[in-house]
Amino acid sequence: MPEASAFVEAVFRREHGRIIAGLIRLCGSFDRAEEAMQDALAAALTHWPDQGIPQNPAAWIMTAAHRKLIDMARRERTRRQKRDLLEQEATIATYENPMPAPSSLPDDRLRLIFACCHPALNREAQISLTLRTLGGLSTGEIARAFLVSEPTLAQRLVRAKRKIHDARIPYEVPPDHALAERRAAVQAVIYLIFNEGYLAAEGQALIRRELCAEAIRLARMLCEIDKQEPENLGLLAMMLLHDSRRRARVDSKGALVTLEDQDRSLWDRGQIREGAELVDGALRVGRVGPYQLQAAIAAVHTVAENAADTDWAQIAALYNELARLNPSPIVLLNGAVAVGMSEGAERGLALIDQLGVSSALDRYHLFHAARADMLRRLGSRTAAADSYRRALELAANGIERTFLERRLAAL
Amino acid sequence: MRYMFLIYSRETDVASMSPTDMDELRAAHWAVMDETRAKGIFRGAEPLHPTATATTVRMEGGSPLVLDGPFAETKEQLAGYYILDCKDLDEAIAWAAKIPTACKGGAGCIEIRPIIALPAR
Repeated sequence: MPEASAFVEAVFRREHGRIIAGLIRLCGSFDRAEEAMQDALAAALTHWPDQGIPQNPAAWIMTAAHRKLIDMARRERTRRQKRDLLEQEATIATYENPMPAPSSLPDDRLRLIFACCHPALNREAQISLTLRTLGGLSTGEIARAFLVSEPTLAQRLVRAKRKIHDARIPYEVPPDHALAERRAAVQAVIYLIFNEGYLAAEGQALIRRELCAEAIRLARMLCEIDKQEPENLGLLAMMLLHDSRRRARVDSKGALVTLEDQDRSLWDRGQIREGAELVDGALRVGRVGPYQLQAAIAAVHTVAENAADTDWAQIAALYNELARLNPSPIVLLNGAVAVGMSEGAERGLALIDQLGVSSALDRYHLFHAARADMLRRLGSRTAAADSYRRALELAANGIERTFLERRLAAL
Repeated sequence: MRYMFLIYSRETDVASMSPTDMDELRAAHWAVMDETRAKGIFRGAEPLHPTATATTVRMEGGSPLVLDGPFAETKEQLAGYYILDCKDLDEAIAWAAKIPTACKGGAGCIEIRPIIALPAR
C-alpha cells in the first residue's frame, strides 16, 4: 500500500520538530529521542497500512516513541543494576513519568531551537542540527543541499550532539537577560539557510530551492512559537518577499535578471500580499529591527507595478533607518544606490565613492558593480567599463559573472 | 610549594584506544594518585572531556563573545584556573564572563571544559 507509506512519511516530516522536541524533553538525549522516533516510524509503516491511519497520527507516533523510550530506560536500568550503579536511578525515573499535556508552555520546539542555535555550537553545527531536528530533513538531504559529503555531515551532527550532552548545553528557553541575543542567533540561522538556497549557483538550483522553502517553514514555526517578537515576523516577511521573485530572477538560460528587468507577472502575488501584511503588522508593534526594515524595503520594491514606479525615496529612507541600527558597509552601499536612484546618479556616485575611500568595500564585487551602474547612467562609458571589469575580477558566482559580462558588453 | 600538572595528549589516539589499553591507562593514573595520596601530597586530579566540548568566552567591547572550541591565541598562555559546579553551560558562560583575563590592557579568554564524572573505583 504505497499511499499509506507516503502518508506516514509526510506525517513524520510535518510533525518531526514537535515530536522530537517533546521526546528530548522527556529523555534528555538527542540520540535516544531520535532512536525512539525511528522506531515509531518503523511501527507506523508496519501498522498503518493494515490497521488504517489513526485518527490523530501525531499522538499515535508520540505514544509509540514514548513507549520505546520507556523500554530503553528499563534496559539501561537493568544493565546499570548489574553493574551496581544505582545512583543513576533518579534520572531514569524522570522519563518514566507520563507524557505531559501537549499544550504545556512554552512549546518544546522553542527550547529545541534555542538548544540547536546555542552560541557554543559553531554556525555549521547550528544549521545542520536545526534542519535535522526541527526541519526533519535527512542527513543525505542536508549534505546535498550544503554540498558536503554525507559522512562529513553525519560527523558534524554527532559532534554537535555530543557537545550538547557532554558540555550540558541547556534545553530551555533562555532567561530574559539573554533572550534578545539568543533570539538573534536563531533568526540568523534561519536566514542563513534561506540565503544558502537563494544565492545558489545554477546546477544545484533545484535542491537548494528547497532550502528557501525550508527556511520559510522554520520562520513560520518561529512566529508561531515565539509570538511576541516582531523581528520573527520581519524575518518571515523578508524571506517571503524575496522568494516571491524566485521565478523572475533567473531567465530560461539560467542568467541572472536584475530587479529592474524582471518580468513582474512572474512574481508570486499571494506571497507578496502575505509578506506585506506581515511587515505592516510587525512594524505596528513599535519595536523596529533590521529584519523588519529589510522586509519593508523588499515590500516597497514588490508593490511597484513596474521598475520606474519604484518609490526610491522611501527605500532610501528605510536604508537610512537600517544604517542607524546596523551601519555595515553593505547597508551603506545599498543606501547610496537608493539615493542615486531617487536623487540622481551623480549624487549616488558621490556617496558610493565616499564609502569606497574609507572601507573594505574595494574588495567587494557589488561595490564596483554599483559604481559602474551609476557611471553607466551618467553616460561615462569608459569609467563604467573599468568598474565592471574590476567587479568581474572579484565576482565568484557564475550567474553574477554572466550578468556583469553582459552589462559590460552592452555599454 | 603546590604545583599544577597539566596533561597534554593526542585526543585522536585516546579516542581510538582499545578497552584494554584504556584500563591500563586508568590503572597507571590510579597508581600515581595512590602513591601521592599515601604521601599526603595529593590535592586533586580529574580528566577533561575532549576539546570538541570546549567553549571559549572572550570579552569584546565589554560583552562576552561565546565561541565553539578552544580559541586561545598562541601568545596567550595558561595563567590559572577555576573549578565551578554549574547547573549547565549557560551558567558556566555567565561566570566565565566575570573572571578577569586582561593583563596590562591585553585581552585573554576563558576556555570552559566540562570535567568527566568518574564512576567510583
